[in-house]
Amino acid sequence: MRRQFALFALMGRGGALTKIHELIREMKVSRVMTPNVLTLTPGASMKELKELLREHRISGAPVVEDDELVGVVSIEDLIHALENIDLDSPIREYMTCEDLITAHAQEPVMEALRRFETFNVGRMPVLDARGKLVGIITRGDITMALLRALQDLYSEAESMQDRPQQFFEALESDNTSLQLRYSVEQGNFSDGGEASASVKRALLRIGASPKLARRVAIATYEAEMNLIIHTTHGGFILADIQPSEITVVAQDSGPGIPDVELARQPGYSTATPEVREMGFGAGMGLVNVDRCTDDMSLWSAIGVGTRLQMVFKVSPEEIGNETDD
Amino acid sequence: MNLKEVIEATEAEMLVEPAFTVDLEAACASDLMSDVLVFTKPNMLLVTGLTNPQAIRTADMAEAPAVLFVRGKYPPPETLALAEEMGIAVMLSPYTMFESAGLLFEAGLKGIGKLPILRQSR
Repeated sequence: MRRQFALFALMGRGGALTKIHELIREMKVSRVMTPNVLTLTPGASMKELKELLREHRISGAPVVEDDELVGVVSIEDLIHALENIDLDSPIREYMTCEDLITAHAQEPVMEALRRFETFNVGRMPVLDARGKLVGIITRGDITMALLRALQDLYSEAESMQDRPQQFFEALESDNTSLQLRYSVEQGNFSDGGEASASVKRALLRIGASPKLARRVAIATYEAEMNLIIHTTHGGFILADIQPSEITVVAQDSGPGIPDVELARQPGYSTATPEVREMGFGAGMGLVNVDRCTDDMSLWSAIGVGTRLQMVFKVSPEEIGNETDD
Repeated sequence: MNLKEVIEATEAEMLVEPAFTVDLEAACASDLMSDVLVFTKPNMLLVTGLTNPQAIRTADMAEAPAVLFVRGKYPPPETLALAEEMGIAVMLSPYTMFESAGLLFEAGLKGIGKLPILRQSR
């Protein structure tokens, strides 16, 4: 089966992807960072750093003097001081103060993420446009923010699943239907069943009961396999879905069936041994179709082609979430 | 019957884990996929020696949550990949179709009962 309506597929799927893209590119650092950051002064002792880290379960803090960022001190610096048994020294002695890697409140998190990767730092102080410290950001903050945003997207997508039915109800016409078209290649056994599986999924999505979806899928599957097995150039399947009736047509351009009545007999088959080896050609296809449909018509002419039309009436109990038999 | 019991009864190997917990109510054994579609019933185990991807497609159409391949015939990768994609469990038994079916029946898994006799008019 070849996907014929790539445009529709894009309409359905593109939304979420674009949104994720947007999120990463447009989410600002200021939305993700921790504001009201805890700071230390360069004159404070390493012991004070130890207490701050322990009390707040953090792994580092910016160092600020006269409202200006002068350095960053982390648990690693604390370890150095511990190794030197030097906890009384001022933070000034151990902090990083040169080439400070910082983030800017108004830049996209994507940029911050790149800097994390390039410089391999654990945290970055966040500065506003005037260079004043306004917060701190870690890789974890970015991950959490993205996950939260993804979850929001996901719940949005979930609530959209209820929409197809409403979509149909909202359309005004004397007769609204959904048409699905599939082309089926002759001899392509490996994709055989894809069209029927797609019809089935579509039916379930728009609120058909599992029983109805199965009966349509089975009949369509038989018709699809017939196109693969018996035609000269394949054919197409057209499913027309209406609220009260579903019509599936399988049509090909040859070779045509010499004796339609005979073809409908249980057990009658013209399938080759190769096809039989693949589990088909039991001569039950059309019998199966008949069993699943409410009305079936088979028209064929040698050299012209074959048209199998299957009609499924939608009974009230076949709509909605009725449980299976 | 759960899949663990199927595996025990037929000395099978699990090749693809099911996507959901499977509780089998019946089984059907056939190499003819159209026949399987005649038998179709939810929560049915498909026992077959046909290892091409159509066996999985058929199981999907018939809503059979699990397939037991028989006579030790290891399915090709495309069959396993399709089963994985569709969340259909795949098992492989070293016994023949007849014996696998017998062992399952003995273990308490039933078939789907009688079907109407279809006569060919000529």
